[in-house]
Amino acid sequence: MKNNINPTMEQKEQTNTTDELPKSPGRLGLQRFMQNKLAVAGTIILSLIILTAIFAPLLTNIDPTKADLTKIEQPPSSEHILGTDSSGRDNFARLLYGGRISLIVGFSAMMFSLIIGVVTGTIAGYFGGKIDSLIMRFADLMLALPFFVLALTIIAIVDEVTIALFVFVIAITTWPNLTRIVRGSFLTLREREFILSAQALGAKNHRIIFKHLLPNAVGPIIVNATLLMATMIILESGMSFIGMGIPQPTPTWGNMLSEAQNIRILRNHPEAWLPPGLIILLTVLSINFIGDGLRDAFDPRGNKS
Amino acid sequence: MHTDLNILQIDHLKTYFHLNENKIAKAVDGVSLSIKQGETLALVGESGSGKSMTALSILKLINPPGKIVEGAIYLNGENLVSKTDKEMESIRGNEIAMVFQEPMTALNPVFTIGNQLVEMIRRHKKVSKKQAKERAIELLKIVGIPRPDEIMHEYPYQLSGGMRQRVMIAIAISCEPQLLIADEPTTALDVTIQGQILDLLMEMKKKFDMSILLITHDLGVVAKYADEVAVMYGGQVVEKSSTKQLMNSPKHPYTVGLMSSLPSIKNPKKRLATIEGTIPPAYDFPSGCRFSTRCPKVMDRCINESPNLYPLKDHHDIRCFLYEKGVDNDDE
Repeated sequence: MKNNINPTMEQKEQTNTTDELPKSPGRLGLQRFMQNKLAVAGTIILSLIILTAIFAPLLTNIDPTKADLTKIEQPPSSEHILGTDSSGRDNFARLLYGGRISLIVGFSAMMFSLIIGVVTGTIAGYFGGKIDSLIMRFADLMLALPFFVLALTIIAIVDEVTIALFVFVIAITTWPNLTRIVRGSFLTLREREFILSAQALGAKNHRIIFKHLLPNAVGPIIVNATLLMATMIILESGMSFIGMGIPQPTPTWGNMLSEAQNIRILRNHPEAWLPPGLIILLTVLSINFIGDGLRDAFDPRGNKS
Repeated sequence: MHTDLNILQIDHLKTYFHLNENKIAKAVDGVSLSIKQGETLALVGESGSGKSMTALSILKLINPPGKIVEGAIYLNGENLVSKTDKEMESIRGNEIAMVFQEPMTALNPVFTIGNQLVEMIRRHKKVSKKQAKERAIELLKIVGIPRPDEIMHEYPYQLSGGMRQRVMIAIAISCEPQLLIADEPTTALDVTIQGQILDLLMEMKKKFDMSILLITHDLGVVAKYADEVAVMYGGQVVEKSSTKQLMNSPKHPYTVGLMSSLPSIKNPKKRLATIEGTIPPAYDFPSGCRFSTRCPKVMDRCINESPNLYPLKDHHDIRCFLYEKGVDNDDE
């Protein structure tokens, strides 16, 4: 496989050496990332979505949680750009503020699951043996539990569903995916000669893990972490949609969508559910494109596409 | 050969792999070797004869289920077998370094050459980053890499195989080890590059007064570069002598077979001789002499009895019953 890649690499090297600038690894990575149009588009769109979420108070002065039962299910007007929901809350404000919750839930659940996944995957993949079997059997156990049943059970038991709890529930059920990926890449990397070479030249365990294994595994980890963040956002939306997510009146994209459970709103008020649906789609798509771009950028061996 | 001091001495080393309860692979079975300061010892043998395992045993990099079960490895009189992992970490790279067969995969693909060299220098020597960098550039110059300042910032994939092997040698000699183990350092390279790399190794040996354990299956390389040779078969040393002696009068039937399977310039049209069969697997050696299944001179007692390493004159040792009572050296 290496040999197949090399000819193109050689050509690439020649084009690179023609420009006189010294190529730092960061610069080289950025250069590759910028060449990926989809990734750049994804970054721009995601940044816009994040900015609107952060600066929501500047874009609207309506409180997204304030219900006004005299003005329910109103069509779009100059006062309420996207109309109001079934409790008379402003849809536009909820869309902006809802992004905060959805993105925070997605990001922190991803980070949480990433940390558990990388730590357990590293231990299992590097040290192997009994500890490996122990971790992997536990991971299998977690994967075997149906996510929705587990999540619904926990949320049904707990009185008050907070964002932190919600993040915890999602993360605790998704980390085994990352563990498997990290362990898998460690197992293949461990057999590579440069690991043996590093050992033969006196590298210690932690050095081998942090200098040789993790940087080489960073591609799959990043890609899967970004994909996971997209999945987390969808999970949040799904849970909120069936009313088991972050409770009302806190706005999230998911519980805005749950409005569409009502057939009347689904038919007559697309302005209430179409925007959150679209924005979830856009966010998830952007994140996936960014993940792809990052993988190419991080991996000096990868082909640019 | 500067002094008679043995840098490395291996005594009856046995490295076994416990595959399962009644299956033990005897990868290295009672190997004794010694290397003097400034000397090159070549370890020759076909695939699976235990050459690489001997090398990895010296560094104690045998992974389970493999284990050094017996024997001693003395580096300057200190027994490495009884060292802890921690002590070994500071010996590896510092006192013993190793160059591998595949330069394509022996460098970490995600870091620059400079980064990896600097890492290595700073791992074993207490120097500032700047000093390490200067040293790294100097090392690249020593191993004959053109424009070392630029190569410092390049990734392994941007270099050719020969260049990478030069970088590997630069990394290996960066802490001026006393012993360099080169495990088939030229097998993966072009023939034209092979000579250059071996010449470089010899130059480094002289410059840093190192000893080299050269693992190879190329007898041409042995003849040109090695001072002493040990021929391995089935995890054992079957013949050991100075290079000159072995090349002029190989004694063990296996060595004789190896030598006659070399192409000759004098008689290019002759078909090459081969040694029939393959090396038996390390968990299923014959009970007698390990070469008995393929030996052209096999005798009845070879089937049941194992020969020892019999010394002839001039430190020429042979593991074969034919030479049990010594031999007049001019029987050729």
